[in-house]
Amino acid sequence: MTFIAKPKIVHKGLSRNALGLTIRDYEGGMSTLCAGCGHDSVTSAIVQAFFELDIPPNQVAKLSGIGCSSKTPAYFLDASHGFNAVHGRMPSIATGASAANRKLYLIGVSGDGDSLSIGLGQFSHALRRNLDMLYIIENNGVYGLTKGQFSASADVGTKAKKGEVNEQQPIDPVQMAMAQGGTFVARSFSGDKDQLVPMIKAGIRHKGFGLIDVLSPCVTFNDHEDSTKSYAYTRRFFHPAVHADFVPPAEEIRTAYDDGEAMPVEMHDGSRIVLRKVSDQYNVHNRGAALDFIRSHHRRGEIITGLLYIDEAEPDMHGISRTPDAPLAQVPFEELCPGSQAMAGLQERFR
Amino acid sequence: MKPTKTEDTEYFHQVVDCQWGCPAHTDVPEYIRLIALGRFSDAYMLNRGSNVFPGILGRVCDRPCEPVCRRGRVEDKPVAICRLKRVAADNRGDIRSRLPVAPKQKNGKRIALVGAGCASLTVVNDLMPLGYECVIYEALDKTGGLMRTNIPAFRLPASVLDEEIDYIVDMGADLRLNTPVNSMRELLDEGYDAVFVGSGAPKGKNLNIPGRNDSDRIHVGIQWLESVAFGHTESIGKKVLIIGVGNTAMDCCRTSLRLGADDVKVMARKPRGFFKASDWELEDAEEERVEIVVNHSPREFVLRDGKLVGMMFDLMDYDIDDNGRIVDSRVTGEKFFPCDDVVLAIGQDNAFPWIERDLGIEFDRWEVPVVDPVTFESTLSGVFFGGDAAFGPKNIIWAVEHGHQAAISIDKYCRASPLTERLPRGVNLQSAKMGIHEWSYSNDFDPSARRIMPHVDLKRRFKKLDIEVELGFTAEQVITEVERCLNCDIQTVFTDNLCIECDACIDICPVDCLTIAPNADEVTLKQNLKAPVLEPTQPFFVSGPLKHTARVMVKDENLCVHCGLCAERCPTAAWDMQKSTLNIPYALDESAEDMARCQRKAG
Repeated sequence: MTFIAKPKIVHKGLSRNALGLTIRDYEGGMSTLCAGCGHDSVTSAIVQAFFELDIPPNQVAKLSGIGCSSKTPAYFLDASHGFNAVHGRMPSIATGASAANRKLYLIGVSGDGDSLSIGLGQFSHALRRNLDMLYIIENNGVYGLTKGQFSASADVGTKAKKGEVNEQQPIDPVQMAMAQGGTFVARSFSGDKDQLVPMIKAGIRHKGFGLIDVLSPCVTFNDHEDSTKSYAYTRRFFHPAVHADFVPPAEEIRTAYDDGEAMPVEMHDGSRIVLRKVSDQYNVHNRGAALDFIRSHHRRGEIITGLLYIDEAEPDMHGISRTPDAPLAQVPFEELCPGSQAMAGLQERFR
Repeated sequence: MKPTKTEDTEYFHQVVDCQWGCPAHTDVPEYIRLIALGRFSDAYMLNRGSNVFPGILGRVCDRPCEPVCRRGRVEDKPVAICRLKRVAADNRGDIRSRLPVAPKQKNGKRIALVGAGCASLTVVNDLMPLGYECVIYEALDKTGGLMRTNIPAFRLPASVLDEEIDYIVDMGADLRLNTPVNSMRELLDEGYDAVFVGSGAPKGKNLNIPGRNDSDRIHVGIQWLESVAFGHTESIGKKVLIIGVGNTAMDCCRTSLRLGADDVKVMARKPRGFFKASDWELEDAEEERVEIVVNHSPREFVLRDGKLVGMMFDLMDYDIDDNGRIVDSRVTGEKFFPCDDVVLAIGQDNAFPWIERDLGIEFDRWEVPVVDPVTFESTLSGVFFGGDAAFGPKNIIWAVEHGHQAAISIDKYCRASPLTERLPRGVNLQSAKMGIHEWSYSNDFDPSARRIMPHVDLKRRFKKLDIEVELGFTAEQVITEVERCLNCDIQTVFTDNLCIECDACIDICPVDCLTIAPNADEVTLKQNLKAPVLEPTQPFFVSGPLKHTARVMVKDENLCVHCGLCAERCPTAAWDMQKSTLNIPYALDESAEDMARCQRKAG
């Protein structure tokens, strides 16, 4: 952490987005995380993505649970809504927020402890509901806030800072999400903003549950030799399977792609993601094949990254529940509450 | 691109824009920090080491440091560097015990100096402590040269001049006032070991248009200012026209107001933006209700019955291209301005009627002596020039630097050491880290705007000629202004093999001056930066390949506010904030080095 806040200097090289805002208007409070924490890079990528998407900060709700990762919503989008939930229970709060106001952009930031241990059930159900939100897991394999014990995502054979070896199987949120019917599943690395920023933008625009598992090294407790989630290890075994370029609705696709190699995916709001396969055998629309590919590479110690699976056809929570288009928060009270007479009538039907 | 060689002195020196811009390389950030600590005497002495006249320069320096100050690029206005120098001078304690002293045992060498202005005095300041006997010849009955005769007392009080000049003369210089040198041949015949010419540029340019020689109410600016300074001229007419818009013109118009004029117009041939006067001098003149009339070119002086009644001007129209240069001009009409007096302030020249042309001192076709820009020696060995006498009119701070360099040459010359074998400048780096989040300087960015210098009110200031207009900063203004300094000498120093490419520095940088990118040629690399290159002349840092990905760390120094957040955020101390100290050799250092070399040879 630092003792002075990042000074707000609107310098001449600073660009403005369609709303006339600078990227500095998308920043938040001073980070109290360790110097060099991967989470701060993810924060910076989120700031950049919202800035580039021209989303007004006050139309965003940021949600989190408990942990180092869950502190980070305080460090971006100062002018947005936020809720810091109890440990692992952020998906429930997000569900409520989405139910009340479906027009809000929801972004949840969680960690491997918050999502894969105490909150694993909540995480699974948010996937199942296909809740319209972007869910980022800042995954570092340790409980950083409690001094670096192995988390549920620690790989077999990885060593803790003091030398003990992890022997339990890891839970991989990407494989879990694929298996459970997730509609937007991605993995990235805090140290690669070229990959991460377009992915966050696509995740925000995806209608449904967008999961990005971001390898975000813990610089204090898990950045040593023999760690499989260090900066050095991730850089070495980082293996992008699919490149995703995000193209906003009004913009033409300018980059030339070879036929068969590039695959534009139309999003609900008219924006597109152009996917470019790096690996020949990879199929971003085939859940089973994709899962096999990730598993086989994982056995070799490789970390497959990129937008790994996308399905824009599945209905989200509001689609499944057939809720009205207008956010409930904007429906007049008289319509929302039909009155005690109507209530009595409804109860009468069940007697 | 190849990794930047930061071990070269020039790289870190260039980052300190003010020090780089100052001809005498005054250590500005350090003296501002000393002022912030209330160590005014230390700040004064630090200044004196490089610029010799802090009290004088704190009032009337041409401030080449301020237009280049980084603060002016980050926001609008630079740090008030010059006026902070005055703060150090005004608030210093008794520093006489810290001044250089001349040894009792002289070295037997005698130096003659022509003119008692800033260049000569600097030479004396540097040579007296080495045991030289210095004889200063001054034509007038006072020291200071153009500092006294051309800068009005309401800008530079005589007491300030006297005090700082006395520091030097009191070392034991042989000052001969009222002693003009009328012949260089005679001076050389006196057998001095070396001669330094610091006689300035005392000849005001004339304007040869009809009527010029028909009235005694047409004055040449610098001569007129001199006669005002010596009390020979005590009044002027009500309506005064000043021809020219340089800094001398500003002094002339403001002096006129104090001698009884109530309608003073400064007549400019060109539009605004082409004026030679510094912006702040224009502001001060306009504050005193001086009117600046643009696009009027003088055509003739108009006399009636032998008396000057006004001037006729041609109205000018200019074509200006996209680069702001005048490409064409034409006369579109004429206009008459009535006046009682005219002051010509259109420039000045150095003049050497007293130097015989057969001595071996070469002059070029503009009658300017041929002087070596490094050693300041003329074509006659043993005769040196400095200040305005060397290369024509510049300003005090340049004259001081010429003096320092000439002093080195004179010392070398007297010891028969080669003049061109001079010590290089050096830069020392020392970490400013005091603790995990603690630095030995105030690193937080203060968004305050530049403080405005308080002035004596308009009614009072004209009552006497020598009421100093600028009052100096108040304590509150000083406290704010010192914090505006960005501490550019506290350098960001990068060690590439420590970097783990976590992006922390890039994310935290408040001005987006850092980028990690694949190495490429300069054009490609500069296109991939987080913020565009706005000032291509600013230093640009490229690291060696980083160990994880072989990409490079790139820094565009242009807007860096030296907040140290990159270093605070760096988990591996790959970035560190280090104070750079520029070591500038003076005559004393060169002399010590030469002697050590001789001893090594002998031993």
